Amino acid sequence: MKHIKTVNKANLKQTAEKGGCGKCQTSCQSACKTSCTVANQKCEAVK
Amino acid sequence: MIHKFKQNGRYIVLDVCSGGVHEVDELAYSLLDYAAPPFFDECPKEITDKLSEYPADEVKDCYNELKTLYDEGMLFTEDDYEKYADMALNAPIKAMCLHVSHDCNLRCKYCFAQTGDFGGDRMLMSPETGKRAMDYLIAHSANRVNLEVDFFGGEPLMAWDTVVETVKYARSIEKQHNKNFRFTITTNGILLDDEKIDFINREMSNCVLSLDGRKEINDNIRPCINGSGSYDIILPKFKKLVDGRGDKDYYVRGTFTKYNLDFAEDVLHINSLGFKQLSVEPVVADPSLPYAITEEDLPKIFSEYDRLEKIMEEQKLSGGKKFNFFHFMIDLDQGPCVIKRLRGCGCGNEYIAVTPDGDIYPCHQFVGIEEWKMGSIFSDKLSQEIKDKFAKLHIYSKEQCGECWARFYCSGGCNANSFIYEGDIRKPHKLACEMQKKRIECAIALESAE
Ligand code: SF4
Ligand code: SF4
Repeated sequence: MKHIKTVNKANLKQTAEKGGCGKCQTSCQSACKTSCTVANQKCEAVK
Repeated sequence: MIHKFKQNGRYIVLDVCSGGVHEVDELAYSLLDYAAPPFFDECPKEITDKLSEYPADEVKDCYNELKTLYDEGMLFTEDDYEKYADMALNAPIKAMCLHVSHDCNLRCKYCFAQTGDFGGDRMLMSPETGKRAMDYLIAHSANRVNLEVDFFGGEPLMAWDTVVETVKYARSIEKQHNKNFRFTITTNGILLDDEKIDFINREMSNCVLSLDGRKEINDNIRPCINGSGSYDIILPKFKKLVDGRGDKDYYVRGTFTKYNLDFAEDVLHINSLGFKQLSVEPVVADPSLPYAITEEDLPKIFSEYDRLEKIMEEQKLSGGKKFNFFHFMIDLDQGPCVIKRLRGCGCGNEYIAVTPDGDIYPCHQFVGIEEWKMGSIFSDKLSQEIKDKFAKLHIYSKEQCGECWARFYCSGGCNANSFIYEGDIRKPHKLACEMQKKRIECAIALESAE
């Protein structure tokens, strides 16, 4: 493509099928105790 | 749904529901003002007319590229995740914030715990209560293997015996229950010594070290009880701790307020001290307080985030990344599954806070608010009503989130913030949302820069 460069190959749709195992960390625990950003967490299942 | 933005001279398009990130040229960026599904085999004439400053053939070409992405499920994808929204109902508890100390040896002006006592008596948790809390967590964690426990306060080092005994106890029983404890601690550092540093570096998978940045900024807002500054006391201790930490996680974490809206300077300052894992975030405070962040501060805050992103992007592109900034960290390829993203922290459902005398609250920020008390670790009656209320919180049940482009990154924000500012855990706080969205744009831009 000339006008568009896709940066990532991720597709959230696929994560829905196998997701929801609940093994991952809760978010406020990981670094900062007054705010949360879920997207910077890791998926424990793919580790 | 898509979201497009410019960052540091680049044009970025996020396909909200697939998580796809595309860097586009100016034409594609402008074209997306007009092009949307349904896509046709040929670019409609109204569109080429609207973009008459570009050659018509170029516009058509670009339109076809957008159409291809759409056909491949990478642009304008639909949100069909609501069916997973209630998956957190009856989830086991897997994380605990242990308030080992409702007392503090600093007098930080912005402390949401009201200088450590959370509006109640100054109190330390006994080692016995700490151990019972571990039993409680194990008993309520069903089949969850990884259990997180954060030692929090007030200042947790003031109850050091409880920290040590609780960790030792949990380690002594984790195998027989098939659990794996992950301990973390959040400390102001005043009481750190070699013994504590060794223990923390051995046992805690993450530690959060509170420092607000430049000496004058830190000392103004984080004074000792006698009013003197805390910077000079804690800095050598933090350095020692981090030097001995190996590859375990840590964060030097600061808070910015109206007094240091140029907080990028504080981030750079903390980095210049040799720390690499950094987090500096906006204060949560009643808007009537002099240091609280208010709407009129947003332009300045946004420009600071931009400045920081630019500096970090330059470092990254020249191969010399010097630090991580927690709020700009994002995993565009292997982040959490979308089901996780429908809700945030899990507070009150998968995560609870326990006070020095064993009372249970949804999270550390609800501690002391009577109506949110869920029970006690000494009793088996946990308020199912409150637990369900939190379990049912997700981006589809919160006001605004369902329409917000940032929903799969933010996951609906901080419930405590919503409650404190808006009086309702389902109403995200506008100011927090604006800052959150700005940070996510910066994070996506930084991560995608190459
Ligand atoms: S930024 Fe605000 S509206 Fe958007 S998902 Fe987060 S809390 Fe909800
Ligand atoms: S409600 Fe807010 S402060 Fe409490 S755990 Fe969730 S994100 Fe953290």
